[in-house]
Amino acid sequence: MTDTLTPILTQTWDKPMSWKLSTYRANGGYDGLRKAFGMAPADVMKTVIDSGLRGRGGAGFPTGTKWSFIPQDNPNPKYLVVNCDESEPGTCKDMPMLMASPQLVVEGSIIACYAVGAHEAYIYVRGEVAHVIRRVRAAVREAYAAGLLGKNILGSGFDCDIIVHAGAGAYICGEETALLSSLEGFRGQPRLRPPFPAVAGLYASPTVVNNAESICSVPAILVNGAEWYASMGTEKSKGAMLYSLSGHVAHPGQYEAPLGTTMRTLLDLAGGIRAGHQLKFFTPGGSSTPIFTAEDLDVPLDYESVGAAGSILGTKALQVFDETTSVVRTTLRWTQFYQHESCGKCTPCREGSWWLVQVLGRLEAGQGQPGDVDKLLSITGQMSGLSFCVLADGTVACVSSAVKHFRDEFEAGYHTPAWELFPYEKSTLWASDSASSPKRGAA
Amino acid sequence: MSERATEVLPHDFDDSGSIDWTDESTAIDQKTLEELRDLAGRYPRPRSAIMPMLHLVQSVDERISPAGVRACAEILGMSIAEVVGIATFYTQFRRHRGGQHHVGVCRTALCAVMGGDEIMEAVEQHLGIGDDEVTPDGKFSLEAVECNAACDYAPVVMIDWEFMDNMTPGKTIAVLDDLAAGKPVKSTRGPVLPGWAANERMLAGFDDGLADEGPAAGEPSLVGLKIARAKGWKAPGAPRTRPTAPPVPKGAPA
Repeated sequence: MTDTLTPILTQTWDKPMSWKLSTYRANGGYDGLRKAFGMAPADVMKTVIDSGLRGRGGAGFPTGTKWSFIPQDNPNPKYLVVNCDESEPGTCKDMPMLMASPQLVVEGSIIACYAVGAHEAYIYVRGEVAHVIRRVRAAVREAYAAGLLGKNILGSGFDCDIIVHAGAGAYICGEETALLSSLEGFRGQPRLRPPFPAVAGLYASPTVVNNAESICSVPAILVNGAEWYASMGTEKSKGAMLYSLSGHVAHPGQYEAPLGTTMRTLLDLAGGIRAGHQLKFFTPGGSSTPIFTAEDLDVPLDYESVGAAGSILGTKALQVFDETTSVVRTTLRWTQFYQHESCGKCTPCREGSWWLVQVLGRLEAGQGQPGDVDKLLSITGQMSGLSFCVLADGTVACVSSAVKHFRDEFEAGYHTPAWELFPYEKSTLWASDSASSPKRGAA
Repeated sequence: MSERATEVLPHDFDDSGSIDWTDESTAIDQKTLEELRDLAGRYPRPRSAIMPMLHLVQSVDERISPAGVRACAEILGMSIAEVVGIATFYTQFRRHRGGQHHVGVCRTALCAVMGGDEIMEAVEQHLGIGDDEVTPDGKFSLEAVECNAACDYAPVVMIDWEFMDNMTPGKTIAVLDDLAAGKPVKSTRGPVLPGWAANERMLAGFDDGLADEGPAAGEPSLVGLKIARAKGWKAPGAPRTRPTAPPVPKGAPA
């Protein structure tokens, strides 16, 4: 029986100056790379395939299988691109990981490059996180100085370079083809697939695009073996991952646990819903995944079980809201996010999100018109599956699942403002201790 | 060539969505041009450097300036329109001047619900400016930002794109008052706030030597790890798991 929590990625985060190469090495860092260099690249790939590691960026595609799609007979250079554009609402795992243990992404990248025959990796970090970018760049510099990057790494004969690229504020660049457009110096807009990045990715060359957490999981798999990793988790969802709890819980934060852990277990670890309140709804994997309610607390949080329960594991971003929260308000805010972040390329997404915001806005204000709730569903029906990428589908999931669970609340928007039904000050961080004491932090 | 290209673009930038072509002022000098070329040389295909180059342009000119656009276009062999198209696509690139400190209040659902809306309102009243505006003294610019990947620290305020975690209206205003008085303010997970322009230069790719500032992680990042240590939980037989016995954190869930 695997322990409830399994610190692997988080293992060194509490060490003094955990981000330094010396700390990383003192705790087994780069053992995975040494082991990889002792193996044939194909065997490294096989180890990752056998481990069952699946993409942690939301889609859950098997990482090693993705690597195997890189055509080895293509004359162009091959590239690895690490997606650290973490921007999905609720998702907050990669940034703390890169801040506390940036050598993980460096070591993981070198191993991935070795496995697929790439000699150049790009680490694309969203631009709005200055200190994370400093730490990743410093990690790359330290690795170069120690001979872990550049020519003939550790005497292996293998060369590898890493460029850390700062984004400039665009959620859509987390979509892999938009990210590649952005990295090539274009607007970050998704491309039609096929061709898939494995065949024609960065600079029309074979490219692996992996999420940061996926890449960071690779070194430990090399050190401990595929069987070790596969011994955690469930039949089809193997290994461990970062579950990120946020919102109305007593102790929000990162919980590294085997796949298949339930929300009930995670909530217990997090001290439950904040004192005196009850769970209303939560997202299993970010705002783009249909919401869950208390009925879903025992759904094992793995790819298959969450799917069977009607949602998506996504990025395991568990945003928790208690009974003080207006669903109409959160749905409006998420939809405004999608409207703001729509790249504008596809009409259903660009226009649909705008219309949803108009309707949700008047529902929040208690000025909805009879039929508005059906109008919301009608608009989502015109957005779903009709765009290049899944941004519109995320918008649809967010709106339609909220209406499904809380239709009454949306219909109340025909006559009563959401802030009268759910006084907004009661949802705040400082409201939790305001029952017996004056408002902390009130200006 | 560059002057002609400028002429054909609309001049009323508020309506056009373009950059402000009426403000030709620039501080871009020979050194900046050399640094822009340096950035272009860091990629196999120079055009990939357009985003770092635009970060550098606004670190020098406080916004994406016409001179900066022309310099990027010339170095990369791109048209003015292409450069502007990129500059106006990404929200971090500013179409008008930013403040010495850029204050971003997260207003996406979770932060908004946790108090981001109240923080925004308090900051607007305190500074007397709204979203996307700058104080008359140029000290602060304000922006309602979208999710900044720190939801376990909600509500979050980003100042100069450094984390200010678990903020309240009162804490935020105290920070702004300190900054206005010229006092150093430390990010909760990062360095003393360096100023928006200085950080734009760092984002462009010029090291500022501050990577070792600040903690490895804040409390929420470590909450699961601390419970695991207290309970003796670990990944199965992982050699990387070297058992240590730190004291159980105060207030940690049992």
